[in-house]
Amino acid sequence: MVWAERHRGRLAALAIAAVVIAVGVPLWWKTTETYRAWLPVAQINELAQLQLQLSVEVEVVFSKGTLTAEHQKKIPPSNTRQEEHVVDETTRLRYRYETRYRTATIMEEDALNQSTAAEADISLHMLSESPSGSVVIYVVPESSTVLPEGVSVYVGQRRTALLRAGGQMRVAVALKEVLASLETWIKQVLQVMSFSHGDITAALSDRVRPGDRSREGLADSMRAFKSSPGYEITFSLLNPDPTSHLLHWDVEAAISSYIQPLLSKMAPVANFSIDSQILYYAVLGVNPRYDPTLNAYTLNADSLSHVINPVEARLGSSAASSNPVLNFLLYVPDSRHSPLHITDHRRHTVPSNAFSSPRWGGIMVYNVNASGTELPVDVHIDMRRVMGVFLPQLRLMLGVQSAAPPPGFLIGPCGNAGLADWELDRLMWTRSVENVATATTTITSLAQLLDQIGNIVINDNIAEQVSSAVASLQLAVGQLEVGNLGLAMQYSKEAILQSERAFFDPSLLHLLYFPDDQKFAIYIPLFLPMCVPILLSLLKMASEVRQRPGQGQAKKD
Amino acid sequence: MAKAGQFFSSGHTNNWAVLVCTSRFWFNYRHVANTLSVYRSVKRLGIPDSHIVLMLADDMACNHRNPKPATVFSHKNMELNVYGDDVEVDYRGYEVTVENFLRVLTGRLPPSTPRSKRLLSDDRSNILIYLTGHGGNGFLKFQDSEEISNVELADAFEQMWTKRRYNELLFIIDTCQGASMYERFYSPNIMALASSQVGEDSLSHQPDLAIGVHLMDRYTFYLLEFLEDIHPSSTTNMKDLFKVCPKSQCVSTPGHRTDLFLRDPGSVLITDFFGSVRKVEITTDTINLTAPMVHLEDTRPVRELRTEIQTYMDQLPVAEIIHQKPKQKDWHPPDGFILGLWTLILLVFFKTYGIKHLKHIF
Repeated sequence: MVWAERHRGRLAALAIAAVVIAVGVPLWWKTTETYRAWLPVAQINELAQLQLQLSVEVEVVFSKGTLTAEHQKKIPPSNTRQEEHVVDETTRLRYRYETRYRTATIMEEDALNQSTAAEADISLHMLSESPSGSVVIYVVPESSTVLPEGVSVYVGQRRTALLRAGGQMRVAVALKEVLASLETWIKQVLQVMSFSHGDITAALSDRVRPGDRSREGLADSMRAFKSSPGYEITFSLLNPDPTSHLLHWDVEAAISSYIQPLLSKMAPVANFSIDSQILYYAVLGVNPRYDPTLNAYTLNADSLSHVINPVEARLGSSAASSNPVLNFLLYVPDSRHSPLHITDHRRHTVPSNAFSSPRWGGIMVYNVNASGTELPVDVHIDMRRVMGVFLPQLRLMLGVQSAAPPPGFLIGPCGNAGLADWELDRLMWTRSVENVATATTTITSLAQLLDQIGNIVINDNIAEQVSSAVASLQLAVGQLEVGNLGLAMQYSKEAILQSERAFFDPSLLHLLYFPDDQKFAIYIPLFLPMCVPILLSLLKMASEVRQRPGQGQAKKD
Repeated sequence: MAKAGQFFSSGHTNNWAVLVCTSRFWFNYRHVANTLSVYRSVKRLGIPDSHIVLMLADDMACNHRNPKPATVFSHKNMELNVYGDDVEVDYRGYEVTVENFLRVLTGRLPPSTPRSKRLLSDDRSNILIYLTGHGGNGFLKFQDSEEISNVELADAFEQMWTKRRYNELLFIIDTCQGASMYERFYSPNIMALASSQVGEDSLSHQPDLAIGVHLMDRYTFYLLEFLEDIHPSSTTNMKDLFKVCPKSQCVSTPGHRTDLFLRDPGSVLITDFFGSVRKVEITTDTINLTAPMVHLEDTRPVRELRTEIQTYMDQLPVAEIIHQKPKQKDWHPPDGFILGLWTLILLVFFKTYGIKHLKHIF
């Protein structure tokens, strides 16, 4: 009967081992795994290979006298030109220009017969409205007087340009050559009014680390703020000498008249919040030097860089968000150091008397004549002059580039808002591409991070945000392909917001690193006392099974 | 634009500093003094408070054992008070934890965190990170109860790099066996300095008999002497920083690591990290504004006075405030669970095999 008991013992040991392996191990595995919601990894990997197509609609309108009658009959209604660029192994660009040709209507002819280009521009705008992202080029005959001498292209306030037909048009040449010569001019116009390859590669700097970029390109990229959903702008008046000067500045009216139109026009790009303050007894950290030749105090360009830090400590900020802050300071020098001029490296005074610091803001020095005998002197600050300096600084900070136009181009004045439509289009092209590039790198690096570190918990809300960011990105890329710039900008902004929210979610920080010795220290006291008897009994059974054939043999003998 | 090259040679437009002291208790006075001295130098060289995240794990200035309250001295004979009256501590006391430190670095803070507690750097920021406290081989102790390992720190820097949260990073650590903390870095553009190698201890500098504790650590003391000679426009470079505190003065051997840094250390200025020299450009374009200003007085609507009676929000009943119910916590097995399990196993053993085996145990 000992044999039956041993048999029961063996069955018990086997049953326990079976339960431990079949039930215990999966239960332990399931209860100790981290919750990771499903992420659309396949779509994210697709986005890592970014293939962007930017489509621009171009309309070329021929006015009377630019084409002969037979050319007019043979002209093709449309033409598509594509340019492919490979930026690096994961990023490809394709620019698609869809050109439509037509002749001018009678009303447009009347508009083009005005005396100056600016008036022609205004009359043309009253006739039609072109959608965001498109360009309309009016070709005027060489003999037309609407363009001044020596100017081949006039770029207007909205999205139109006036192009003077070249000499080749006069001679009876084939239509193909006429169009070809026109094509070179159109390319130049598009580089100015739409985007150039350099702008787009600069916007992709988040994905593509620039290897050897020119100094100017580097300076441009460092000057403007990176694309952000909002910006905070602060105007400050610094009065170091309140006993001598009693300053009045009507900043609210100035902002609503001059700055607000620009910011309202840029509403598709970002939100802006503006505030203003006055600081008393705020001095510059640098002592200006007296220059007898100018009979004034001067601040040289080299010492300007040390001006900002002591002032910044006093500025304070009421910003409750994490948006970048632009500061514009108006400094009225104290009576002992008046007048104060800023000189450049060649010791010439700067007419604007202002300077700016990239990604920070601008400072302007406003000289007053405290010629009254009664102190303090009432001073009413000429806000138009002040805003005339702050406005171009603001444009620079926000990325509206004013690069020198190519020879033969004349850029028209930018109108009431301080920003021409085509400048806004340019900004929207580069910002959309920048947003798409940043959002794709954020999403792909988040996916990579979550893959690498297996211990991070991925909650449902993060998975949702990632999925919606991926969806917005795909929509934005689609709209860029079609050429709907406004929608593309909007989707790219949503994509950025969602991807940043997913990447910076506070819950993604739980314990990342478990060294192996700590894992052993936790599991050994729990599992070892249980496993040792099971293992020993299994081993005992195995050795008995091996001995039994031996015994059986002995018995047989 | 010819001057653009001269101005923009270093590639950064703003500077940030994260200064952390990780030890608490009165006898670790020197760690707080270390951090505050670096804070003073960095402010003097131009980095504003809004760009400095200062984390002090304990309050030495207002500690009961401080014979001179509201002061923290860094030189003996109480020459230099580094606490002053314009110090801005962002994380204090128990807020200095490994989790908060990593959250500041990676940016994963809850949305309610104020601006002063955030590291709002961008891809053109140079960041200085200074850590001091008690450390060991591969870890740094926080608050006497937790530690951060070099792997976690390296991963945090990698997350900063993937999100382009820095242009260049200078990492200085003054603890025992400090060199082990930068061994695991693998992200580009990081330069690291430590006060001692693996297996060596960093020693403190000098005690002050009136206060009764050591005031500074050696490495930071000589680092500060070096920084006193730097002013915002000086051109001293990093190679001089590596020579600070040789073995004769420091007893430990300071170490540094520059293989991840792209530029040559000889061309990196001290003020690239410790100061904040702004790039400036003269404004040449102006716009001639011709439209007259619209004055707002007439367009603003007249605000009516509110005449409703103010009422308070619903107050909590007193009973609920005084006798609060305990919060619901997750269920954990009772603490003696494993001990009880072993007792059970032993009892079963003795029951089965008889009580006579007990004498072998006791």
